Amino acid sequence: MRALIEPILLAVVLTNFAVLGISRVTACVRMLAVQGALLGVLSIAVERPLSVHSVALGTGTVIVKALVLPWFLRWAMRETSVRREVEPVIGYMGSLLLGAVAAGLSFGVANRLPAVGSGQDAPVGLLVPVALVTLLCGLLVLITRSKAVTQVVGYLMLENGVYLFGLTLVERISFLVEVGVLLDVFVAVFIMGIVVFHINREFDSISAENLVELRES
Amino acid sequence: MLVLLVVLLPAIGSALAFAITRPSARLVVLSVVSLAHLGIVGALWVGPRASALSGWLAVDSLGLLVLTLVSLLFAAVVAYAIGFLREESPRGGRWFAGCLLGFLAATSLVCASQHLALLWVGMETTTLAIAPLIFHHHDRRSLEAVWKYLVLSSVGIAFALLGVFLLATAQPAVGGSRPLIFGDLLSHARTLDRAWLRAAYVFALTGFGTKMGLAPLHSWKPDTYGEAPSLVSALMAGALTSCAFVGLARFTAVVFAAGLDEFARPLLIAFGIVSLVVATAFVIGQSDVKRLLAYSSVEHMGLLVLGLGVGGVGAFGSVLHVLNNGIAKGMLFLVTGNMVLATGSSAAADMRGLLRVRPISAALMLVGLFAVTGSPPFGLFVSEFSIVSGAIREHHVWVAVALLLLLSIIFAGIGRVLLGVVFGGREGGGGGGGERVGADGGGSRRDSAWLVCGPLALAAIVLLLGVYIPAPLRASLADAAHMLGGSAP
Repeated sequence: MRALIEPILLAVVLTNFAVLGISRVTACVRMLAVQGALLGVLSIAVERPLSVHSVALGTGTVIVKALVLPWFLRWAMRETSVRREVEPVIGYMGSLLLGAVAAGLSFGVANRLPAVGSGQDAPVGLLVPVALVTLLCGLLVLITRSKAVTQVVGYLMLENGVYLFGLTLVERISFLVEVGVLLDVFVAVFIMGIVVFHINREFDSISAENLVELRES
Repeated sequence: MLVLLVVLLPAIGSALAFAITRPSARLVVLSVVSLAHLGIVGALWVGPRASALSGWLAVDSLGLLVLTLVSLLFAAVVAYAIGFLREESPRGGRWFAGCLLGFLAATSLVCASQHLALLWVGMETTTLAIAPLIFHHHDRRSLEAVWKYLVLSSVGIAFALLGVFLLATAQPAVGGSRPLIFGDLLSHARTLDRAWLRAAYVFALTGFGTKMGLAPLHSWKPDTYGEAPSLVSALMAGALTSCAFVGLARFTAVVFAAGLDEFARPLLIAFGIVSLVVATAFVIGQSDVKRLLAYSSVEHMGLLVLGLGVGGVGAFGSVLHVLNNGIAKGMLFLVTGNMVLATGSSAAADMRGLLRVRPISAALMLVGLFAVTGSPPFGLFVSEFSIVSGAIREHHVWVAVALLLLLSIIFAGIGRVLLGVVFGGREGGGGGGGERVGADGGGSRRDSAWLVCGPLALAAIVLLLGVYIPAPLRASLADAAHMLGGSAP
């Protein structure tokens, strides 16, 4: 199982870059679903002796992050005519470049951090840098994209990054907490989806750029 | 057992409120749960403080203090809600009561959690429970407010989760301390890995700081408080930010116990000063009462972290200030809500001269003005005084000077607006508001008893806290201050 981990982590990095470089919102959501599935498999793969807990958590992650949430996001934007991200603040090439910089930075920082765990139980070295890359790419999407749906995608990537970091601690953070975290993320995106749906109806497009009424005059 | 009940009871009530279809029955559930919650909290003060769920849930002094604040504030808000729903059509009534009770459950969980990841789960749940309530009016402005709030606080809270995970990483696997249990973290603080602990603290400060609304992470605050119904703003400014402070305080206590004072204190002081400066800048010339109160909340959150940062008596002042600020801010938002009900607007210009229209609310607002700006004899004077004297005694004289200067400017800024609301005559621009008063009909002209009893009780408490602090309360405050590396005066 452990041999699987590194290829999966690399695939996670690729999905990050894909979201950064893609203009179609539906394709972004699909990439997010792929990332969610990878995360689910990963959480089963990192734990050495296969346990009920890790399998349950992995399955839950796949169901929530790869199936339910992407389906729900697609429902929220079904009514929109515009399916493309309008002019991001930073262009797609620029985002990809920044993503690459973020990746370099993450690996640099992760190398300087003290090792997580010790000896044989130490998780794969790539886990921490990939977690950081995912987190930074999520932030980047959140900041540079104007559509509310894409911002939700960015938030989920950010949350995925935190989740990846959490995988270094599987044996220390109890099952109950992991389930609570997963549930909270689920509800958060659920509520965001509903708000996106209303923004869509109210403004005829799901662009958060229209949300400029409230500011200091 | 009691501590489990304090979380479970509102959670069950919330589920019940979602299930019940009759609006009046929902209000009964809301009131009964609120009173029972108050009763349980009272029992926690008197009885033994046993833990539940193998030490994951327990109340310590800090937790109990904030839990009491939340419970009192919630009771006042429920009484207010009864009057509020009579004057305004109870839109989305099921969501209204269900989310309010869900919020109470989540805040109780934050206060009672000794496990930091569980605390995080509670903190995130508060965000989610309050979001539908911000959206109560279902218009464009509230849509924008709820979106900003959701995105910013979700990102903040994700950072806080990373902080929790990093803290777990800092904890050595061997050595007998249970992972992320606050008491064990404190007693084994010296064994924590310092590099990871620093990283954990930076993320926790950013995350919980966003939830508290410390500048420069406060941008959601004026919009959200401005657009949400006033009783929701009252809960957010009084209870939600205080719970976020509990989260930050727990991390801070661990960091102090680990001997990283020199690292954490300057960060806290910097956040505090920046928040005060930003609040001062936006309080001056603010024309909307609810946004004004939001910036006042930024100011008070700044004071809280500043008190933690300077330490000594400042930490005591900080803990006392959580209570004072929560009650005063809750009261002011409720009173402002009465004004909004009377005029249909939260702009100060529309509210002018309300002494004639709603005299009780106007009088309460005057009380609130002096309370929230830290004038004697109200509680906030005592706590702000402690923070300033903490700064002087711990050799941060310049911090104390800046603090006094900024506080007096804020006093002038808030005073100008609120005094205008209470005593001002209606001239230029007041006409539009006047028409709306007429359109609302005679019923909304007077304050109903439900609408003033909550703020009245809160005003009495904040006055009492300024004059006399009962012995058990003082002991708890001193204990919490001691935990946060400070001392009692």
